[in-house]
Amino acid sequence: MSEHEVTLTVNGERRRVRAEPRKTLADLLRQDLLLTGTHLACEHGVCGSCTVLVDGMAIRSCLMFGVQADGSEVTTVEGLAGEEPGSLGPVQRAFREEHGLQCGFCTPGFVVSVTAFLDECPDPADEQIREALSGNLCRCTGYQGIVRAVRLAARLRREEQGRAEQGRAEPEGSR
Amino acid sequence: MKAAAFDYHLPASVEAAVRMLAELGDEAKILAGGQSLVPVMAMRLGRPEHIVDVNRIGELAGVTRSDGMVRVGALTRHRVLERDEAIGATVPLLARAAPYIGHFQIRNRGTLGGSLAHADPAAELPAVAVALDADIEVRSVRGSRRIPAAAFFVSAFTTTLEPDELVTAVHLPAWGRGCGFAVAELARRHGDFAIAGAACGVQVDGDRITRAALALIGMGSVPVRARTAEQALTGASVREADLAAVAREAVAALDPPSDTQGSAAYRRRVGAHMIARALGQALAEAQAQPETGGSK
Repeated sequence: MSEHEVTLTVNGERRRVRAEPRKTLADLLRQDLLLTGTHLACEHGVCGSCTVLVDGMAIRSCLMFGVQADGSEVTTVEGLAGEEPGSLGPVQRAFREEHGLQCGFCTPGFVVSVTAFLDECPDPADEQIREALSGNLCRCTGYQGIVRAVRLAARLRREEQGRAEQGRAEPEGSR
Repeated sequence: MKAAAFDYHLPASVEAAVRMLAELGDEAKILAGGQSLVPVMAMRLGRPEHIVDVNRIGELAGVTRSDGMVRVGALTRHRVLERDEAIGATVPLLARAAPYIGHFQIRNRGTLGGSLAHADPAAELPAVAVALDADIEVRSVRGSRRIPAAAFFVSAFTTTLEPDELVTAVHLPAWGRGCGFAVAELARRHGDFAIAGAACGVQVDGDRITRAALALIGMGSVPVRARTAEQALTGASVREADLAAVAREAVAALDPPSDTQGSAAYRRRVGAHMIARALGQALAEAQAQPETGGSK
């Protein structure tokens, strides 16, 4: 069955691949674009390991065919790292600080889901955190460290945003 | 866990989609949100030769209102049902049901029309459609027709849709003032399919229940409309209504499935509790509303 050309923007970079329609977005990212940060575990939408952002929304990349992402903007866990090469983004830093991972297999999915969640809910209550985490499975941690990591990530992101806003405001204020 | 090969079709209009469905016959499957179909394909429980992806058909989205009815496009995602102001104001039961569907990552993709066409007996939206007497608008090259929800669901995962028909929209009544709506369900984990649940709407006039609509989730092979409970409640006093008794009565004659999640007897027991809980919440909401004026 014929291949289709797919053009998409991944982590800010325009990419073009040819793919069989049956290839999931997860496999397309991993096999064709060599972005192996996105992990596949259950491959039928239960575990959340393969979560990526498509046009800013967290989705399970095993439940979307790659051809469907044509023209979309995709962000994978690789796109959530810090700005300096080799550095971590705030959500990743929080997971490290609070021991939000052990084996780390499920972590990319958590990091992406938590990023989308905090975009919409920057100062969440614990109940909201737990509900937001319900779509991702972790077999190691028992989730307590992950819940703490989300609390910390929310704080780090707010602080970072505060600094960014201050940075923008200061030059004007000093004028 | 990889889908079998298929030919991919991406129609830009309903017209083009139904033409494709007519040509391809029952070898074709419609792909909407894909949150049920793609797992089925990954596990090779289904291996359609043709996939008709309706995700780029703009005319399938959107909410419009006329003559006390609300038309919700089939491609409306669960996330939109959850948050859309027009839906929240006119058909709150859709907004109340949506948060129970899967997890937020699933709701970002899953669609109203897809959920109805998939007809999972443990799903929320089919129960909402049945409770509210929704009409399901479908289209094929032979034309458009509206199927009442009560006649749409045949058995588990089976509807009266013809293979060449596409669900295009759902028509639901907007209830007036003094109404309350609620969904209650029990699942092992938030977002999992319900073991048992209930979706209801009630309308009150002072202490009098003037309207009641109730459908049960996961209690049969299709969403079960609890007519006797509705009749028992209609005309009754809110203060004196024995919701627990009405709920027990509603499940007494049902034969829900027995599986690893629970026996039929357990489902009846849990189902009765969910009915009483949903009715209680809906009645409380209805009574809390101002009887005149107010802008809901």
